[in-house]
Amino acid sequence: MIGAIAIGLVGGVVAGLLGVGGGVLFVPGLVFFVGLDQHHAEATSLLAIVPVAVVGTLRNDRYGAVCRSDALVLGLLSVAGAAGGVALANVLSGSALRDAFAAFMVLVAAQLVRRVLREERPRAGPPSAPGGQTAENVQPRFPLPRRMT
Amino acid sequence: MVAGQSTRATGRPWRDARTLKLAVIGTLAGLFSGLFGVGGGTVIVPLLVLWLAYEERMATATSLAAIALIAAFAAAVQGLYGNVRVSDAALVGVPAVGGVIVGAWLAERVPGRAIALMFAAVLLASAVELVLR
Repeated sequence: MIGAIAIGLVGGVVAGLLGVGGGVLFVPGLVFFVGLDQHHAEATSLLAIVPVAVVGTLRNDRYGAVCRSDALVLGLLSVAGAAGGVALANVLSGSALRDAFAAFMVLVAAQLVRRVLREERPRAGPPSAPGGQTAENVQPRFPLPRRMT
Repeated sequence: MVAGQSTRATGRPWRDARTLKLAVIGTLAGLFSGLFGVGGGTVIVPLLVLWLAYEERMATATSLAAIALIAAFAAAVQGLYGNVRVSDAALVGVPAVGGVIVGAWLAERVPGRAIALMFAAVLLASAVELVLR
């Protein structure tokens, strides 16, 4: 039980910090620290993601950072894919699914590293302020929402 | 809402193209989400940036909003298979909400790069551990 709470806290902090979903931590956390098998860990992770996404979205929406119409279309049109993905997960054996998930983790890690390398490229902006904070990561810098419908 | 809604595909080819792109992204995200038990942001964010010219922050926020629906659908289908442990999900999901708020607060105060690299290393180590298990 303590393990599950710790996974939630750590996964949540990382998600808030890096914008990388909690799921990629919830699943291995549930396997390593709660002892669920791969199928149960994935299914449980999905349900755990819902409150995080809902609360995060309520906050983001206050800053106008959410394109609501696109989010709704994306979400609603994902139904077939989601059902297909779950069906596929359930025909795979636990070990095959685990190996596929490990490959997925490597993909997420690669994406993170690429993002860091891209941000590190020097640009013509002002130098970092003391304490490593740049004006850029303090200021919200999203454009106006493009409401297209 | 604008006029001409009832006349689909008349003089607004961009609108159908956009919906088609969103449908492709949503389907791919759903597949990833259902298959791996994650939200699907890994596919949504880069594709919104690439195909729909989203800026990164808006892509992340819009992706998270879509994930609320995607994860709920996928969790419901997993529920039909009897795989969801509701109590464990609550034990993880409820503290995670607090964690996200702390993380978002920290994001403006700590160097994100070092943390991103550390997290990438943790992911790689966990991947190896999972495979060797």
